Amino acid sequence: MNGSAGAAVEVDGLTKRFGTITAVDDLSFSVQPGEIFGLVGPDGAGKTTAMRMFASVMRPDAGSIVIDGIDVLAHPEKTKRHVSYMPQRFGLYEDLTVEENIRFYADLFEVPRKLWEARAQSMLVASDMTQFRQRLAGQLSGGMKQKLGLTCSLVHTPRVLLLDEPTTGVDPLSRREFWQILYSLRAEGVAMLISTAYLDEAERCDRLALLNRGTMMYCDTPAGLKSRMPGAMLEVASPEPRKVREVALALEGVQGVLLVGSGVHVNVDDGGRRSPQLAQALAGAGVQATHIEEVAPTIEDLFVALLEQNSEA
Amino acid sequence: MFRRIIELLIKEFLELKRDRSARFRLLVPPIIQMVLFGYAATFEVFNVSTAVLDQDQTQESRSLIAAFVNSSRFDMTTVAKTRADVQNAVERSDAQVGIVVPPGFAELLRKGQTSPLQILVDGTNSNTALIALGYVGEIAGSFGQSYALDLAQRTGRALGHPLVQVSMAERYWYNPNLNSRWFFVPGVIGTVTLITIVNLTAFAIVREREVGTLEQILVTPIQPVEFIIGKTLPFFLIGLVVVLIAAGVGTFWFNIPFKGDPLVLLLGTCLFLISALAIGLLISTLCTTQQQAFSSNFFVLNPMFILSGFSFPIASMPQVLQWLTYVDPLRYFLVIIRGTYLKGVGLDILWPQMLALGALGFGLLAIAVMRFRKSLD
Repeated sequence: MNGSAGAAVEVDGLTKRFGTITAVDDLSFSVQPGEIFGLVGPDGAGKTTAMRMFASVMRPDAGSIVIDGIDVLAHPEKTKRHVSYMPQRFGLYEDLTVEENIRFYADLFEVPRKLWEARAQSMLVASDMTQFRQRLAGQLSGGMKQKLGLTCSLVHTPRVLLLDEPTTGVDPLSRREFWQILYSLRAEGVAMLISTAYLDEAERCDRLALLNRGTMMYCDTPAGLKSRMPGAMLEVASPEPRKVREVALALEGVQGVLLVGSGVHVNVDDGGRRSPQLAQALAGAGVQATHIEEVAPTIEDLFVALLEQNSEA
Repeated sequence: MFRRIIELLIKEFLELKRDRSARFRLLVPPIIQMVLFGYAATFEVFNVSTAVLDQDQTQESRSLIAAFVNSSRFDMTTVAKTRADVQNAVERSDAQVGIVVPPGFAELLRKGQTSPLQILVDGTNSNTALIALGYVGEIAGSFGQSYALDLAQRTGRALGHPLVQVSMAERYWYNPNLNSRWFFVPGVIGTVTLITIVNLTAFAIVREREVGTLEQILVTPIQPVEFIIGKTLPFFLIGLVVVLIAAGVGTFWFNIPFKGDPLVLLLGTCLFLISALAIGLLISTLCTTQQQAFSSNFFVLNPMFILSGFSFPIASMPQVLQWLTYVDPLRYFLVIIRGTYLKGVGLDILWPQMLALGALGFGLLAIAVMRFRKSLD
């Protein structure tokens, strides 16, 4: 967790308070070049506040942020050239066309014309937007707006990219293209900090920090985090998920139940022993269940389990 | 640095070109205000609705009433039969003035004595009331005098007391016909420019804040000063165009004479625009939504208008409010624009206003820039 030489981003003891509320509490981690680092947590966990501090649009109350070896708090101007910040809603000028928006941000970073034109071209191709060059940004769909925002924030080839819930409200296809672009940036060695409330998206990150109420609870790779999952995960396919939950919660050895898209995830202490017991109980209560099997936990399962563990503690 | 400012300029004009409501805000209100003030705003009083009660019913009383009607200042709307009729007419606002000729009016006149005439005035609109009363005095006075002369001639009797008169030779400078349009139109140019530029500037910056582009710009290497220049320069240029159009309408449509040096007015306009931009910028630092900006603009602009001397004389205000007028840039600009338009005076006369306007403008701008920088944290 501690910063090593050559880290793209090093955060240490970062704290921000709003009145009596501590939005970000003693946050420390580091991100390497070519790494996608995810900040995951529920609404109000402090993700956006942390992002705004990394982007130096908000000053922390304590702690330090070092980007590319430069102290952001002491020299915010020096880091701006190498950092790009993409908030939940990228600030596009809706009365300007796609191309004019790109040009505007390229000029603010004083990128030579040839360079940004080539870069914009390749990014528009990658995000399947070349035919919309002359369209007003205000007339783009939500997904296209975010892809344009990403293009605008990348025209100056930053070394660190900060993305604050960039795919909220974006359709699945655009989201996939969006991640394709992020993967190619990773190959170029760009360090990325991405906050997200989508846990399937969190699985795509190289490392994750789980935030809750401003505190970082865990920081590990997705696989590493999953290995911390206590017990096993049973997936129950049923047309009556709410009833399944009711029955499961009453059983011995059940640590948590979560309704997911594919059915019900039941977290138990021992998969082999509890699986037949659960089937029996469901049959006894007259609840239909097509099948029960042990599955690998998702980040969402993990997240809920960890949050619950934490609130009990 | 230049590239960023120029890019901001280009962007601002592109947005304006495509934003219909902004174009509307820019063009329509100035034109409407110019036309309204040019045609509708006047201090002169004509056709005052009048109720008349003639209790004397003599030749004298009828000719006095005719004198009122013929002046075109009064419009006889009610012929009353009783005193109550007159009172009713005034109460119902059918008449602003009631004229009551009491019985025995002519008899006293024929004896060469002073004869009373009762005038009731609706004082709700004190301005009109005062002016109308002035006309009444004038008409009654001249009626009395000509009657006295006539009487003296007819009867060969000497007048009760010799008529000594002081005659006034009036000469109104700068506006020989006392045309209130000459007074208003140059003032409107100042007011319209102030309203337009403060609104445009405040809205443009608040919108960037609201939409999120302001934060987006701030994570680029742009300096706050570059942003402020790039954001205000377009409105400075637009302000010059607004003044040019408004002055063109005033000069060529309303035929207000422009006697002074255009360069003096240009200098005054530039200094005035700096104040307007600074006020717009200040408002933008206090507001996070365009809604708030709208109500703040109203809150700030209305007092500035009232305290400017546009139509209410500053010298008649209470002392405290008079002090307040010193921080109203419109106050100085009105002196400059009326001075250059009607009096044709130059910098030798207007330098105190220029100096005050410049100091105020740069002072406000400094505060606005400081506040703006602070609002970014």
